[in-house]
Order: sequence, then structure tokens, then C-alpha cells
Amino acid sequence: MTFFYPTASLDAFPPRLSPGYRSTPKRSPTKPLILMRHTLTELTGPVYGQEAVQPGDEDLTRQHVGEPLGERIIVHGRVLDEDGRPVPDALVEIWQANACGRYIHVVDRHPAPLDPNFTGAGRAKTDAEGHYRFVTIRPGAYPWGNHPNAWRPAHIHFSLFGHSFVSRLVTQMYFPGDPLFPFDPIFNSVTDEAARNRMIAAFDLDHTVPEWALAYRFDIVLRGRRQTPMES
Amino acid sequence: MTSAETTLGITPSQTVGPFFAYGLTPNGQYPWKDTFGNDLTGPDIAGERIRIEGRVFDGDGVPMTDAMLEIWQADAQGRYAGAAGEPRRHTNAQFQGFGRAGTDAEGRFVFETIKPGPVPGPDGRPQAPHILVALFARGMLRQSYTRLYFADEPANADDPVLALVPEERRATLIASRTERDGRALYTFDIRMQGEAETVFFEI
Repeated sequence: MTFFYPTASLDAFPPRLSPGYRSTPKRSPTKPLILMRHTLTELTGPVYGQEAVQPGDEDLTRQHVGEPLGERIIVHGRVLDEDGRPVPDALVEIWQANACGRYIHVVDRHPAPLDPNFTGAGRAKTDAEGHYRFVTIRPGAYPWGNHPNAWRPAHIHFSLFGHSFVSRLVTQMYFPGDPLFPFDPIFNSVTDEAARNRMIAAFDLDHTVPEWALAYRFDIVLRGRRQTPMES
Repeated sequence: MTSAETTLGITPSQTVGPFFAYGLTPNGQYPWKDTFGNDLTGPDIAGERIRIEGRVFDGDGVPMTDAMLEIWQADAQGRYAGAAGEPRRHTNAQFQGFGRAGTDAEGRFVFETIKPGPVPGPDGRPQAPHILVALFARGMLRQSYTRLYFADEPANADDPVLALVPEERRATLIASRTERDGRALYTFDIRMQGEAETVFFEI
């Protein structure tokens, strides 16, 4: 199976320079990017063995002695290509703040408690239908120094590998109905509303486990279309 | 061919932010196991062992201490892991060609790997040995791609991708070679802006 990667699809991405997000002006190239045809280098990508994901890596609530505090949730969905076909064996890595909006990272100075039972990192591989599933804790919103009284909407960071190195994606999953959306320059760096809304998970009653955890569905579409139609 | 209206829009990119390290590059500092590391060498490698070092600087020339680099390269025979075609046998069968490193308090990154061989390019013309580099950081809403070429490669002169780069900017893509402890050390600094701004590719 070969794929092609229309660069027009990248219009859904935020511009590199997005001044509302104050870290971008000094960290964006100022000279024009060089356009090039994809070569074998761009059209191939990492493969990872079974050892990349260990059983339990997908459950962020069972990595320590006790259970973390907060609202247990299921986050699941499918990884698809631009033709809507599943991407099997895709590596999905996530990281997030705890229920109080605090990251375990040493540079996070938010005066909210750490949870000794929560690291906040997980990984999974998609199955043959492109499906992945995590069990975690709903992260809290947290303040940041971008502008006065700036708060990030609750989110989970996602990192994905697709069919090639050009379909590599790092994104953030947001929760439906977050009142902080209008004020967040990172969320709003994506200028197209429809594209922006693709970063918001859907509440998923059907996959909620009664008496145990609410579920959210987050489907992810990576770059890549089939070179030839494979209708049978 | 399926028409454009059946195409799904891709999920937008967002920054890795300042707190990715415990998830993506824990490196023993956090209770989480690295998925990938910065040492690409394995037991069956064949080819020239090399070390790549560099620093990442922002538009003020300040080291970026919270950046992450990923590299993707062929083996010494110019073969990519997982590429279509004959499976690789004998040497480098386990060489994955993919590495990930965070920058340290000086903005420095290090990779231990082997020098890649030439790989096929467009129209069957070979490409000079090179490594594809993706850079992620707080303040970067999407990754930036660049390429690392090797200063001691005469093939650079005929490389079809380098040829697309204005001549006065090509040096930003060429890692310089020195020796340390009897092993080749390539130095490759990345500058987001300024006179010597690194060339980035739209791929």
C-alpha cells in the first residue's frame, strides 16, 4: 500500500507564528520554508516492535500503589487516514496534568497538589480497526503566564505516528463545552472553526461503563491518502 | 479515484508544550519508561559509528532548553526500516533508524547512531546521506522539519534536495565533522531565526 500526502491538508494546522501565543514569535522560522517533493525519506517512518507498549501502559490509574484522585474517565477513539480508513498499529502516546491541573514535570510551578498515585503518561497501539483506548483521570485546567489571568482549558496531549514520518502528529484533546475555549490562544491558533472542533472529544454515553467511568471519544485523522483506490 | 469530498480533514497540530518530558523523554528522571531514546545503535549495527551533538537556539540566540528532536534515517546501506521491498538481512536488521532526544539545560542534544548511506531520490537520482530531523517545542504549534547532511560527503554537491536551497543557506544543513575519542563527532546547531537561520522544509 502506498500513500500520498497532499500538502493542502496542512491548511488545517495552525500557523507557526501565532502572536497571541507569546512563545511563538521567537520560535518560528522567519525565512520561507523550502518546498520539496517527498522522497523515500519522508515517505517512510518508524516501526516499533511489540516491546514499545507494555500491558497496562494504557491505564494511567494503575501505575502506582493506589488509585489517583479525580474523575476516572475512558478516552478512546480511532486513528484514521484522510480517506477515513483505519490506521492499525499506530503508536499513541499521551501525557497530561492531574485532576488538580498539576503536571509532575519539575518545571511546573502551579501551586496545586501533586498526586503520588498519578504520573500522567500513557501509551497504546491501535488495533486492526485503528482503535485505541486509555483509562485515565480527567485533567484539571491550569494557569499559565501567557497573559494576565491566562488558563489552559483541560486537555490531554497526544503524540502519534502514522504511515510515514510526514504523518507524525502532536496534538491536544479538549473536552466538550469548556468555558475557557474563547480565551485560549493555543486552541484558537487553529483558525478554521471546523478544524478546531476536531480537537474536541465527544462525550460517549455508549462506552461509559455504568457505576465506574464516563467515556469520551476522540477520533484522530492523520495525513495520508491511498495512492490507488482499493475497492473490492 | 475517490473524490475530494470524501476526504476527512486532518486533526490539527498543537504544541508539545513545556511539560512533555515525563511522557516522551523521561530519561530516568520520571517514573515512566522511554518509548524511544537517543542511542540508535544495537548489537548488530554495521557502518560508521557516529555521535551527533548540537544546540537549539531561539530568535534571541537563547538556548531552547525545552525542545525535543526526532531523527529518522537509513542504515549504512541506505535502507529504511519498514520500507517496502526486500526485508533487511544480516547486518542492521535490528537498526530502527529512529531516535528521540530532549534538549538539556544548555539547549544541547546528543544522538549516538551510524552514518546513513545514500538513499534513492526523485527520478532515481541518489540523495546524499542525510538524516531527517523534526523539532518540537513549547512555542512551536507544529513540528519543523530540517535535514542534517554530512560535511565530508562529496555527494552533497549533487543532492537534489540541497539543490533546492539557496546556496548561501546550505551551510545551515551541513553538520561539521571532528573526532573525539577516536570516533566521528558531527556538530549540528539549529537556529530558529537570525542571519544563520536553519533551513526548514515544508513537507
